[in-house]
Amino acid sequence: MKNKYLITAATLLALPMGSAFADAKFDKMMKDSFQTKGIASIDRLKQDAAQKYCSDPAVLAGKGNPKQAESIQKANMASIKQPADGKYIGDWKAGERIAQSGRGATWSDKADAVNGGGCYNCHQINKAELSYGNIGPSLWNYGKLRGYSKEVVTYTWNRIYNSKAYNVCSNMPRFGHFNLLTEKQMQDVMALLLDPNSPVNQ
Amino acid sequence: MRQHWTRGALIVSSLFVLQACTTPEPPKKAAAPAPAPQAAAPAGAPTAEIEKYRAMIADGNPSDLYEMAGEELWKKAMGPKNATLEKCDLGLGPGVVKGVYAVLPRYFKDTNKVQDLESRIVTCMERLQGFDGKEIIAGSFGKGKRKDVEAIVAYVVANSKGATINVSMKHPKEKEMYELGKKSFFYQAGPMDFSCASCHADPGKRIRLQDLPDLTQQKGAALGWGAWPAYRVSSGTFWTMQYRLNDCYRQQRFPEPIYISDDTIAVSMYMAVTANGGKMAAPGLKR
Repeated sequence: MKNKYLITAATLLALPMGSAFADAKFDKMMKDSFQTKGIASIDRLKQDAAQKYCSDPAVLAGKGNPKQAESIQKANMASIKQPADGKYIGDWKAGERIAQSGRGATWSDKADAVNGGGCYNCHQINKAELSYGNIGPSLWNYGKLRGYSKEVVTYTWNRIYNSKAYNVCSNMPRFGHFNLLTEKQMQDVMALLLDPNSPVNQ
Repeated sequence: MRQHWTRGALIVSSLFVLQACTTPEPPKKAAAPAPAPQAAAPAGAPTAEIEKYRAMIADGNPSDLYEMAGEELWKKAMGPKNATLEKCDLGLGPGVVKGVYAVLPRYFKDTNKVQDLESRIVTCMERLQGFDGKEIIAGSFGKGKRKDVEAIVAYVVANSKGATINVSMKHPKEKEMYELGKKSFFYQAGPMDFSCASCHADPGKRIRLQDLPDLTQQKGAALGWGAWPAYRVSSGTFWTMQYRLNDCYRQQRFPEPIYISDDTIAVSMYMAVTANGGKMAAPGLKR
């Protein structure tokens, strides 16, 4: 017992900056520096396991603990719900509108406002839209390139629902997990990517 | 003076025209480039256009108007103590404005804090003029006394144009503020899991057609930090760094950062130190 305390004390002394002391200071700074505004409550600063893990620059640089990454991915995978009505493919035209809209979930949005997916902020999707971002990969010809099998469909649903089930530090928001999009909206975005008639697959 | 205002009005009206042509988001169909059967226009075209436009009106940034108003406010006796800000020490001694923005944020002995330009101006308004800083903190951008702070910022910043960014980390509190700011820069939270790093930690990234500087590297930080504060074409107003950060956090889906709170100063410190060696180009002109 006594030994254990000694080891703890020695460890604390040996820790460089970025230790428990600095963490307490950081937490206090964050708590004192933000305030609830509209729907964006101060509680949003609380991190879940994935957010905490991916806030370390060393992890982002590829030096994370693979076991920890895997366990967080597993938990995220387990929380995914498949569509209640069993349908994966909705209306690609509605999906295109959702992909175009970057609205929602900020302190200037109302609680009952319809969220967008903001997909074009980061992805090329339909080639007719020239204003697209490049944080995510191009999704042009998504279905045409990958096919329309059950595996591809489920994988795509899961990725939209909770991208961190596959890559713990994926930059993609967890649209289903955090209720950013409804099931119907996700079905419509699925159609944009996977309906053979969608312009994305021409 | 009068000539200036007329020129300003002309610039502002022409900016609206520009905005209609190039604003990449929100994606209004009418404003977007006409979809071509094949991808005819290079994807970066609108960005290139605004670069050209920036060069064209380099002498007529509407920030001029804020700078002039700010200079008047700096020299005008105001507040319960009926004093000017001319004895305000922004870091290079009382009253020194020239080059001072290139060395901020920095540690100030009299407040025992690391401060950015805006928190320091508020300190001077409190101590020299007798204004209530809490009212300014509780206020809104573009309104009341905070509007005065913004104009003074434009005046001070313009006096550092071309100066080399040289922010100190010598004082332990400066070093600590940098470390806290770095940690905050990478702090993911909220319903979209975003941190500053989600968008600003890789070179060559874009949201829609908007280029995102990599603020973790000297080159990107010098471009990003060095171009703000700026006149914001899409909103038709002058945005200070505090205003810029406030809107970044809004888009990150975070709660609102409190005006001149430690987090905003810490993140500024991280960006400024990373930018060291670059040139101050603010007030900039932004989409």
